[in-house]
Amino acid sequence: MSENPPDTSEPSPSAAPAQGDATPTTTSGVSRRRLFGLAGAGVALAGAGAAAGYGVAEASAGPATGVVPFRDTHQAGIVTPAQDRLHFVALDLSTTDKAAVQDLFKRWTDAAERMTSGGEVTVNGAVGLNPQSPPTDTGEALGLAPSSLTLTFGIGASLLTKLGLTDKRPPALIDLPRFTADQLEPARSGGDICIQACADDPQVGVHAIRNLVRMGFGTTEVRWSQLGFGRTSSTSTEQATARNLFGFKDGTNNLKAEEPALLDEHVWAQGADGSDWMAGGTYLVARRIRMHIEIWDRTSLDEQEKVIGRTKGEGAPLGAKAEFDTADFSAQGSDGEPVIPEDSHVRLASAQALRGVQILRRGYNFVDGSDGAGHLDAGLFFVAFVRDPGKQFVPMQRALARKDTLTEYIEHNGSAVFACPPGLSAPGSYWGQGLFT
Amino acid sequence: MSRRIPAAVLTAGAAAAVLAGCTSTAPADNAGGGGPITVNATDTACEVSSTTAPAGKISFDITNAGSKVTEFYLYGEGDRIMGEVENIGAGLSRNLIVEVPDGGTYTTACKPGMVGDGVRAPFTVTGSAARQVDQNTKLAEATAGYKRYVDSQVGALVPKTQEFVDAVKAKNVEQAKALFPVSRTYWERIEPVAESFGDIDPKIDGREDDERDPGVGFTGYHRLEKDLWVTGLQPDSPAIADRLQADIADLANRTKTVELTPVQLANGAKELLDEVATGKITGEEDRYSHTDLYDFKANVEGSQAAISALRPVIDERNKALGATLDARFADVEKLLENYRQGDGFVLYTSLNEDDKKKMTAAVDALAEPVSQVAGAVTA
Repeated sequence: MSENPPDTSEPSPSAAPAQGDATPTTTSGVSRRRLFGLAGAGVALAGAGAAAGYGVAEASAGPATGVVPFRDTHQAGIVTPAQDRLHFVALDLSTTDKAAVQDLFKRWTDAAERMTSGGEVTVNGAVGLNPQSPPTDTGEALGLAPSSLTLTFGIGASLLTKLGLTDKRPPALIDLPRFTADQLEPARSGGDICIQACADDPQVGVHAIRNLVRMGFGTTEVRWSQLGFGRTSSTSTEQATARNLFGFKDGTNNLKAEEPALLDEHVWAQGADGSDWMAGGTYLVARRIRMHIEIWDRTSLDEQEKVIGRTKGEGAPLGAKAEFDTADFSAQGSDGEPVIPEDSHVRLASAQALRGVQILRRGYNFVDGSDGAGHLDAGLFFVAFVRDPGKQFVPMQRALARKDTLTEYIEHNGSAVFACPPGLSAPGSYWGQGLFT
Repeated sequence: MSRRIPAAVLTAGAAAAVLAGCTSTAPADNAGGGGPITVNATDTACEVSSTTAPAGKISFDITNAGSKVTEFYLYGEGDRIMGEVENIGAGLSRNLIVEVPDGGTYTTACKPGMVGDGVRAPFTVTGSAARQVDQNTKLAEATAGYKRYVDSQVGALVPKTQEFVDAVKAKNVEQAKALFPVSRTYWERIEPVAESFGDIDPKIDGREDDERDPGVGFTGYHRLEKDLWVTGLQPDSPAIADRLQADIADLANRTKTVELTPVQLANGAKELLDEVATGKITGEEDRYSHTDLYDFKANVEGSQAAISALRPVIDERNKALGATLDARFADVEKLLENYRQGDGFVLYTSLNEDDKKKMTAAVDALAEPVSQVAGAVTA
């Protein structure tokens, strides 16, 4: 195990570094990375067992840094193996000043690159600056590992309207239609901007969002946010399938990072799709799905399995033995009824039923305490990345909303769609740059 | 009232040693020449006899020919208050002498009804008064300037609270209700200074559910607020009113000796916005009268006065910060004007969740740069 952290440990972002930020932490400053270096061995071992970070998976990189590269062809946090924790925020612009928004995007990018590598918002930001000033970094992540933090940025169609950039609107960035039984709350829906923070440690994700929100005061304001725990899908073949709060494995047939051809077909926007600045990007569909946990828990196991179309223990399609066995939708039982019911979730959401539609799911469980009436305010924060929401999410959700028996146990109360631009592979490039050029 | 324990009790002792830029009633330099500049204030106009004066001590004679109580201000850049006279009753005249050492463009303003931005006009100061300006001088001028502001607010707080107290004692409930939020305005503008005297604040501005030492009763503005709006005047209401006036007089005496540092000024400005964010946006402070928006406005004005006093230093250390502060203060003012009703504001209970969210966002946006000021002036 090398004692030397990789060069990415303290990035020197070329995009407009904040004032007083140019000096690397070679002196007395405390950086999360350095603290992590001291405790590296213990953290790495702990990390390898549980929710292994990206760095752990990339064993050839040496020690387990838990650092997901910030700059790449695509944004991190999409096909990155799903971390265990989420803090998602939707923001609205509080200005129509394009220059102010552009400046914020640059500053956000700089801070995000630093934080995802395990650094502070600014070098020495928590305790090393003027004691008469509030610290520029809020400090609650000091001493914590980078924790595979990814920050994924998206913009809503409403931002383009507010900044007079409607000519930049990609054809795929649609407003979702109303689906049957939708109970959408405006205070949990929409937004001009989204930032998705995923990490192995919840405090690292919360720290990142809190600091980015703070940097935005005066230019952006929070519209809504969502904390999530327990990934409800696998985005890598290296990951075991996780369970949702109904106790079922979720995401068995998800698109995986190891399937580049399928990702190009179903996830990554292409230049030919009608928007140059989105080539290599993708569209994020978020739905807050409240689950009526107490009702579900009073449902027989047999009924639960029929609603889902899979066994609860193994996660196998009904009629099959193992989780990854192919579902036989034509199989009939001795009663002449389909083994996998016509109105089961698995059947309705399958590519077969949807003429080949697939999506990359990246959702999280949530429990926002109780609802004041004694029931858990809990459910699934559904996040999907798709190349075209109108062609992928809409037909899928339309079929589910009308026919899925599961609908009796759930309620969609939040909804949003964002365009997530391609990754920042060019040095010095910043989030949303394509909007301003 | 703030729930925070005063972090630093201001030095109450020797008066500020540096009195550069003071307001006084001493003869002014320009008094011998063309005499004082006269200001004829009416309910709609602010006629200033001259729009220019040489740098140095400038004297204004303000006559309120209107029917509303008025105020007169001389502002520098960023609405820095160079000098002001508060609470000029109808038919009354007051004199203001203000020292302006630097030439440039300033602004005169009358505020009939003591609301809004007032009737404004540019005012040119020519030349510059000879003096050596170093960093310490500028900081000393900032604290002295804010001290003048505190004095002017206390100068209005005492008679305005007396009017409120008199109305309570006369059992004139409607008049007392109308005067309640107005008299509090002067208190709310300088609250961090008042709070620095830890024993005064609970007596004047304590809330019913605050923890008190045994034998200490619920007194002050909020006790009378409850009497006026909820329970009806009580047998001891007149005594409570007298007690409030006595406590205000005590405060006025003590503020004469208060000495402020630039950091305290900057932090006071931030604390006023903290007050807004924790007490006013929740509608918690004026829970019986729902006149929270008056307090909201006053807190913001008080914060701006402290920041404006520091403005020359801020501009020197961090030019961009000054411009951001101007813009954010303007945003909050503009938002508040949406809730204006006559000379006052709508009741807080008439606001919906969306209104409150907008206010939270505007105060967050303002409080962030204000929180940078203490660091900027000590950099």
